[in-house]
Amino acid sequence: MKKALRSVLVLLSIIIIALPAAGQDLKVTEKVLPNGLKVLLKEEHKAPVVTFQVWYRVGSRNERLGKTGVSHVLEHMMFKGTKKYGPKQFSQTVQRNGGNDNAFTSKDYTAYFENFAADRLEIAMDLEADRMQGLLLDPKDFLSERDVVMEERRMRTEDDPTAVMGEQMMAAAFSAHPYQWPVIGWMADLKNLTRDDLEKQYRTYYAPNNATIVVVGDFESAKVLALVERFFAGIPRGPEVPKVGAVEPKQLGEKRVMVKREAELPAVYAGYKAPTLRSADSFALNVLQGILSSGKSSRLYRSLVYEKQIALSAGGDYDDVSTDPNLFTLYAGVMPGKTAGEVEAALYAEVEKFKNEPVSDEELQKAKNQAEAQFIMSQDSNFYQAMLLGQFETVAEWRLLERYLDGIRAVTKDDIQRVAKQYLTDDDRTVGVLVPVKKP
Amino acid sequence: MQNELHLIKRILLLIIMLAVSNDAFAGPIGKRIVLDNGMVLLLSERHELPVVTVNMAIRAGSIVEPADKPGLASITASLLTQGTATRTANQISREIDFVGGALSTGGGDDFASANLKVLKKDLRTGLDLLADVLRYPVFDQKEIDRKVKATLASIQRQKEEPEVIAGEAFTKAVFGAHPYGRVNDDVAAFLPKITRQDIVEFHARHYGPNTCILAVVGDITETEAVSLLTEYFRGWKPAEKIDPRHPAPPPIKKMTVRKMDKNITQANIAIGHVGISRENPDYYAVSVMNYILGGGGFSSRLMDNIRDNRGLAYDVHSSFAPQKEPGPFQVWTQTKSESANEAITEIFKELERIRTVPVTDSELADAKAYLTGSFPLRMDTSAKIAGILTSIEIFNLGLDYPQRYPGLINAVTKEDILRVARKYIAPDRTVVVVLGNQEKIKLKY
Repeated sequence: MKKALRSVLVLLSIIIIALPAAGQDLKVTEKVLPNGLKVLLKEEHKAPVVTFQVWYRVGSRNERLGKTGVSHVLEHMMFKGTKKYGPKQFSQTVQRNGGNDNAFTSKDYTAYFENFAADRLEIAMDLEADRMQGLLLDPKDFLSERDVVMEERRMRTEDDPTAVMGEQMMAAAFSAHPYQWPVIGWMADLKNLTRDDLEKQYRTYYAPNNATIVVVGDFESAKVLALVERFFAGIPRGPEVPKVGAVEPKQLGEKRVMVKREAELPAVYAGYKAPTLRSADSFALNVLQGILSSGKSSRLYRSLVYEKQIALSAGGDYDDVSTDPNLFTLYAGVMPGKTAGEVEAALYAEVEKFKNEPVSDEELQKAKNQAEAQFIMSQDSNFYQAMLLGQFETVAEWRLLERYLDGIRAVTKDDIQRVAKQYLTDDDRTVGVLVPVKKP
Repeated sequence: MQNELHLIKRILLLIIMLAVSNDAFAGPIGKRIVLDNGMVLLLSERHELPVVTVNMAIRAGSIVEPADKPGLASITASLLTQGTATRTANQISREIDFVGGALSTGGGDDFASANLKVLKKDLRTGLDLLADVLRYPVFDQKEIDRKVKATLASIQRQKEEPEVIAGEAFTKAVFGAHPYGRVNDDVAAFLPKITRQDIVEFHARHYGPNTCILAVVGDITETEAVSLLTEYFRGWKPAEKIDPRHPAPPPIKKMTVRKMDKNITQANIAIGHVGISRENPDYYAVSVMNYILGGGGFSSRLMDNIRDNRGLAYDVHSSFAPQKEPGPFQVWTQTKSESANEAITEIFKELERIRTVPVTDSELADAKAYLTGSFPLRMDTSAKIAGILTSIEIFNLGLDYPQRYPGLINAVTKEDILRVARKYIAPDRTVVVVLGNQEKIKLKY
């Protein structure tokens, strides 16, 4: 009985913490353990399932030339066993319990997840706590897994001309910042990686003070918090994580990369240096991105694909969920009989319009409605909600997510015109063009 | 004291309520309602979020298109949103985009599809558009020209994708003249000759309330759903309901190797033949068997052998496609040119092993534990629930399918697995497609 009452008190205190703050209250319970591990919990009782995610603040941003790709290869090795759970046991244990697990590496983070029926949550915690510190990194497994990653690179990049062009564009856009190299790493670097490189990366970045746990699903927060403490509180804090420090200098004029590959049709990919979500300007850039390319009524689709019929596809992307400033990009696949030059000019014409004329009331409202609807619809998936929390917390802070819609709602026509003029300039642009060559 | 008891009571109530919500699978996944116009509605109420998802399956897939008009079903479906009697293509996209919703239509082998997702407050806007595009498309010649041009360009672009090229060659070699064998090249040859009349007739013939299955999931009650759908689809003329049966593709008598040259770094490998239909009673035994063989991710034999032990590939898997008529069984992988022979040899070893040696007790137990235990994850979003509801109707699985599924899986024995592996996998009669740099691959098959 006493026990029951105590959990009631914990429950009440959580309810108090979760009182509405400014913006959207995402009803997230936040706690930092003494070893520095941050925990974010969000209850979702729609279905009897749960997603458990561990986010480490390490990605290709925390690498150097000659050793690119090490974070991602390490992600692969995280499935290759610890002292407690030997090789092959990780995913098999998850699957035997009806769960799905996987991981992903980006420029800024490496995240691991298990999706389970709600009553299996402890299994995820046991496995993740274990591999936060006790990874085997067996030398033979390492060599074999390095081969697997090289196959992954061949599949995703080497044999895909558009992907090769995209990689080259990013490499040209950044001269002093690690965002210049691909997450999967350059092929020559992969060949030269050693087990010791991975060990070093693991010891430097895999520690509770460099990680966030995100749990979304059908559970009681008080109980899950107690479980997290049981499994993770005993893991010692790691050393201070080294700062990256790299700062990309101001670009001094357009950069261009022409990539010649066997391909069917040309493609264009242009990127402008843009601020991260920490900047107040990110809201206006997000709305601009929506007007530019969200849906078939967006400007790029309507103009390039539908009316002019010069592009097979066209869109734009704003990578603001990023630790350091990244790119606002435009892309288009060229229709047969049309040239990359025509398409490129048409892309820029759309950018110029934002600078020269205010957007219409209807377009502004539409972009805001789309952001609002997406925000609500995204709550249907536990996995996606956890993913957003993990991303935001890892590159900045999760509470920015609660202020996101207010920021979007406040954007004016003037803001859009201003950010277009400030960021989408010719001199801040890097352009990649895929130039198809015929078979030899 | 009084207060404390009161509190405890309320907490007990809370716990009971949680237990109820945890037990969401005890009842049927949804409700089946036949509307006055003959349309089948499958409804699953979920009131936690103000969102409604509508997935529609229409018996207007390529399986009902004339053999000499490949691609007709698909282009008809994709033109639905490109203009109606009262709205232009631009008006349609502006209306749905303005409310932050999504409306899309597309083709498929067995069924065409129309999908809608809107906030609850915009449900009328969404349903009005959905009904309009299904009932009153005009198929303007300019829109047809546009779509033909875009489709041809997209087919050309896909020739850059090794997986597409190898997949198309595999499909053609396995299915031949069967509708499942229609590939991009067939479509590209026909599209320039397509007429507006073809499309108008196909639409009139195959789109109607009696050829539609509607799955509605979300913040909507039965009364609302029935009255809204009745309102928007009232008076829709029934289509000609046909249940086409096609002669099975000609059997492949011996292993058929298709070498295709392309200057890339990996060999793209597809191995297989015709599999089973979703309605085959052996479907569940085949599911367990294929999980062990190559469907079970890192727990599968193919992954263990070819990726984990040999480091030959990032992806290797096998699949049986659940379709109306027997779909493909195929094993897929990509490996650097130099390892192609080794990978193929190992794939054939695994195909032979599953047919000749009983699986182990732990393999069987693990497969069953995954397939039954992961079922809740297969219905944890509105879109997934809509998908399951649609399958339940198409394949006659019954609304208690989620409850029956564990029993169906758990009934599978080791003997069943051996039996279905022998019956449905024939290594000596496979199609083997190898796309890549043949000079480096030096194929021994």
